[in-house]
Amino acid sequence: MIEYIITVLLIAAIYAIFSLGLNLEWGFTGLINFGHVAFMAIGAYTTVLLNLKGVPLLPAVIAGMALAGLCGGLLGIPTLKLRADYLAIVTIGFAEILRFFLLNEGWLTRGPMGLHGYSRPFEDMIQGDYNFFLLLLVLIVLAVCYLMLEKLIKSPWGRVLKSIREDEDVPASLGKNVFSYKNQSLMLGSAIAGLAGSFLAFYLQYINPRNFMPMETFYAWIAVVLGGSGNNKGTILGAFILFSFFSGTRFAQGYIPLSSTQIGALRIMFIGLLLIVVMMFKPEGLLGKKEELTLMG
Amino acid sequence: MLSVKGIEKSFGGIKAVDASFLEVKEGGTVGVIGPNGVGKTTLFNIISGFDKPDNGAIVFNGENIEGKMSSEIARLGLVRTFQLSKALTKLTVVENMMLAPQVQQGERIWNVWLRPREVKRQEDENRERARTLLEIFGLLSMKDEYAGALSGGQKRLLEIARALMAEPKMLLLDEPFSGVNPTLTKKILKYMTELRDEGMTFLVIEHDMHIIMQLSDFIYVLNKGEVIASGEPEEVRNNERVLDAYLG
Ligand SMILES: Nc1ncnc2c1ncn2[C@@H]1O[C@H](COP(=O)(O)OP(=O)(O)OP(=O)(O)O)[C@@H](O)[C@H]1O
Ligand SMILES: [Mg+2]
Repeated sequence: MIEYIITVLLIAAIYAIFSLGLNLEWGFTGLINFGHVAFMAIGAYTTVLLNLKGVPLLPAVIAGMALAGLCGGLLGIPTLKLRADYLAIVTIGFAEILRFFLLNEGWLTRGPMGLHGYSRPFEDMIQGDYNFFLLLLVLIVLAVCYLMLEKLIKSPWGRVLKSIREDEDVPASLGKNVFSYKNQSLMLGSAIAGLAGSFLAFYLQYINPRNFMPMETFYAWIAVVLGGSGNNKGTILGAFILFSFFSGTRFAQGYIPLSSTQIGALRIMFIGLLLIVVMMFKPEGLLGKKEELTLMG
Repeated sequence: MLSVKGIEKSFGGIKAVDASFLEVKEGGTVGVIGPNGVGKTTLFNIISGFDKPDNGAIVFNGENIEGKMSSEIARLGLVRTFQLSKALTKLTVVENMMLAPQVQQGERIWNVWLRPREVKRQEDENRERARTLLEIFGLLSMKDEYAGALSGGQKRLLEIARALMAEPKMLLLDEPFSGVNPTLTKKILKYMTELRDEGMTFLVIEHDMHIIMQLSDFIYVLNKGEVIASGEPEEVRNNERVLDAYLG
């Protein structure tokens, strides 16, 4: 039982990091990224591939973050100067192209067979339940991400992002290079997704393209909207609610007399219902600020 | 300080602006008037880099600025406000103000994480300056309210105060008095006069003749995108083409 709870929390914490990246982009900057999972995949695959080539984990994780951030930045260049929907379309396309690349470039990724046999942080030094150690590590990383993001959000940099979210003409009229800030937000959010990807790989011990289906992006969206767009605490809460529920029901499969497809469908229905109820009674999300949603110019 | 030559701009084949010449001297207050829809705002959008002209040259402080990004133009010291006032309603009044200063250490990610003390010192300085300006504009008591809670007139005041926070060399104001009650209008006029005495340069759009006559030392009259008259308030007031444009 305790092992089961640890696993559930571990998954939730990894996806909480992932969702924090999206919250920076959407919640604070107003960017619509429908391909967030791609950056998680880049982080995971980069870390694993480098490690399999003998690179130690720390530099491999940093490289994963850097490459994810760089790809975010490159995608931003042609799209961020256009209307908001262009980024949405391009990111969703990018995520699918990347997934097919991972599936088909077997020489690099071993395609659908995936990759395994890479090391995990401090693996040899931990006696007892490794997942418990990994959970502690992920919680520390989550806390550091949270604190660093909060610091940014409360800084002049965060203020510019929020002004862009509301009306980008205003920061532009005051001399802020709107494109540059949007791109920074996208790069940092993508790097955070990359970081989450590395830890997902450590937890799974085996990664393949099926871990990075488009649906993962939308789970992060649900976590952000449920908890309150533009609220990091809310995003973490939303991610924990959503992903513990998901992995909870996945593990409970053995005890409920329904097939796994039926449970899968019920799960989605329940999340949909939860989202509808929250949006009806608290449209700003569980921890969101009402003033930031409802007041109109 | 600002000179605009041969600016042309069409939307779908219809000419919105065809301004042959317009000039603002340093320290001057120049008015732009004209009936609805004659291209005043479009002219402002072009000067401030929010719209690209089809043709023409704009020189600000000796530098060609046509085709530059709006943010670059603002950084050169040419700061505008908007006809439909754009207070950021989801930020507080003081946050609106703090957005404006140009060179902020804390606008760089690394500085936020690695040099928090310097960032904080600059924030404190800027907050002090914001307080002073908010006090002048009578908004100090509202400083921690969301700007969405302000009245229409207060939002205009905030927008002007915010533009001043950016320490502009010249202000472009697009109908700063529309939707503002007479008391606040007087107040804004008073601040503008004070600023002018301190050396600020203004280009102001307004379609109320009385206000613009009182405020400006030079006036351009636009009709159907073209400058149909210009001169000191007295000359313009008695110009027949202007009377025609206004009275039909
Ligand atoms: N983005 C645009 N696309 C198409 N037409 C436009 C656009 N912007 C302005 N116009 C047209 O250009 C003309 C000039 O508009 P503009 O807003 O500059 O007038 P204005 O003098 O500021 O009017 P008002 O006094 O009502 O503010 C109008 O006919 C308007 O419909
Ligand atoms: Mg106008």
